[in-house]
Amino acid sequence: MRFFITLRMALRALRRNAMRSILTGLGIIIGVAAVIAMVSIGNGAKAQVQAAIASLGDNLVLVFPGNQGQGGGVRSGFGGATTLLPTDSDAIIAGFQKSKTDSDNSVIGVSPYVVARGQILANGLNWGTQIYGVSPDFPTIRSWRVAQGVFFEDPEVASSAKVAVVGKTIIDNLFPDMDAASVIGQSIRIFGQGGGGGGGGGGAGSGGTPFRIVGVMATKGINGTQDQDDVIFIPYTSHMKRISRRTFLSQIYVQAKDEDSVAKVKADVTDLLTQRHNGTIDFTVQDQADITAARTASTDAMTYLLGAIAGVSLLVGGIGIMNIMLVSVTERTREIGIRMALGAHGKDVLTQFLIEAITLSSLGGLVGVALGISGSILLGNYKGWPVEPSTTAMVIAVGFSAAVGVFFGYYPARKAAQLDPIDALRYE
Amino acid sequence: MAPVVKIDQIHKIYDSGDVPVHAVRGVSLEIQQKEFVALMGASGSGKSTLMNMLGCLDRPTRGSYLLDGVDVSLLDKNELADIRNQKLGFVFQGFNLLARTTALENVELPCLYGKTRMSSKKMRERAMYCLDIVGLSNRADHMPNQLSGGQQQRVAIARALVNEPQLLLADEPTGNLDSRTSIEVMGVFQKLNEQGITIVMVTHELDVARYCKRYLILRDGIVVRDEPTQDRSIAEIELAKLKEAETAAKLLAAGSAAA
Repeated sequence: MRFFITLRMALRALRRNAMRSILTGLGIIIGVAAVIAMVSIGNGAKAQVQAAIASLGDNLVLVFPGNQGQGGGVRSGFGGATTLLPTDSDAIIAGFQKSKTDSDNSVIGVSPYVVARGQILANGLNWGTQIYGVSPDFPTIRSWRVAQGVFFEDPEVASSAKVAVVGKTIIDNLFPDMDAASVIGQSIRIFGQGGGGGGGGGGAGSGGTPFRIVGVMATKGINGTQDQDDVIFIPYTSHMKRISRRTFLSQIYVQAKDEDSVAKVKADVTDLLTQRHNGTIDFTVQDQADITAARTASTDAMTYLLGAIAGVSLLVGGIGIMNIMLVSVTERTREIGIRMALGAHGKDVLTQFLIEAITLSSLGGLVGVALGISGSILLGNYKGWPVEPSTTAMVIAVGFSAAVGVFFGYYPARKAAQLDPIDALRYE
Repeated sequence: MAPVVKIDQIHKIYDSGDVPVHAVRGVSLEIQQKEFVALMGASGSGKSTLMNMLGCLDRPTRGSYLLDGVDVSLLDKNELADIRNQKLGFVFQGFNLLARTTALENVELPCLYGKTRMSSKKMRERAMYCLDIVGLSNRADHMPNQLSGGQQQRVAIARALVNEPQLLLADEPTGNLDSRTSIEVMGVFQKLNEQGITIVMVTHELDVARYCKRYLILRDGIVVRDEPTQDRSIAEIELAKLKEAETAAKLLAAGSAAA
């Protein structure tokens, strides 16, 4: 086969019209670059969500208030429905954690979870952050170590004690001159606001509630855009009574013994709560896989949507190639005539023009991949987004652009191959 | 020896318009090896149509055409392309070299479409050899636009020779050239003919036709005259004459300037 000679001729023809080739390829380049960038950023976002959910802890089952239906938005649960009560949490503990001998328990940790925005005042400085009300099981469930001091215990929960465990960021902002060890025992005032509505107002009116710092959490760093050390934990009872003035929980964290018991725990908790809520399913029980699926569903949808738009631009790029190949065939009619007079078969001419189109689109695809990757990495660095280029996407994009070349190059190439040598030679 | 071309009562009728055009009306012709034939005629006489059929670019409507003993009137498009590649060499009025492609690569072009694959080294050797025949081996890497008209036509002749054809077909090869380069190009043809190559040339210039050995005149699609060239021109002698005249003119100009 004279394939390599034909390939060389095609490359030479493209080089001869370098500017035109670049402009024609630009459609494909932009299309492919867009696809690759979108997929890289989408994958990065997805991986971030998965990492964030995995970092919640091992073998978790989470209970949210309200019925989220099939894979609905989990986040809307905060402060929304009011159906999840501390007694539900107690029932889970009584039912699965503390009722049996240790080895039988399928649940190894339960923590109610209530969250509200608040303002913290100390040392003449103030800082706005999320105030989390949890139980002593929480650090274990989240595999989050206390670096200095201690986490509060069951007696403090029972007495709604005014004790707090803070993250590094809180210390940096309220006690800039102190290290973690010396803030233990320091007093802070917490003002509830927002979520609690009237309760928050009441808190502010009373000049805030004084809390004593008993511990400092280990540093976790920044996950994407979220500062994980900007946290303050207090007993959930104290939170509900003194800060948010709520009677309901934001979530319940349940930790299963191992991976195999997650499904059983999920079913058991669902049954128990259904019974307690008199058969009304006004809550949602999800394991980490469910949450991951729900959260990444929107990322996936976005990726597909943007991918589709990028695909359209590939199509437009392909039409650009067809257009320029048609021009090229007309322009080079004489050349085609000469080649045919000298013995070229229609097939040879077809191959020549087809290879030109495919070379144009494939090179465009390769350049597009390079541009897409570097572009997404640049954008990722600039915006602080995680980026994860996908090899599959690269292969598909280059393959697809080659296919675009075949599809849109075939018609012009066939037109060239069907020329009559006598007419083509006479063409001016 | 068998004739290179043997056509018997060939007709060509174009059906494209409202009225069928009978361009060639029963031409019979034999061309032996080493002949150098001029095909003459006014425009519309059918000489281009006949040439296209001789060149296997077109098929006769009726009649038979044996090229080198092979009946080509029944071959399909691809088979005709192979015949053109292997047995025929073309020289056109407008040179028809590929632009922005070196002289050498232009000459190599027919080798690319050969039935048997040729190594690029062998292709290069063949092309260089043919460029040498036309006296342009020192211009091998020049682009067509860096060559004069006469040089371009000589590159085209080299290209026509590269596959060692049975028959060289030239369609008004001097039509775009001035009289001096025309004589040079005819000199190349005469030299090739002396080496044994059969040439058929279309021309409407009597001056040019006189370099051939035999001439045919076509009118309204039939051959009205077919005879050997009387008083044949020889390119070398014509060039010498031209040189003499130029020198004389120069001397005359110098003399008048001195006076």
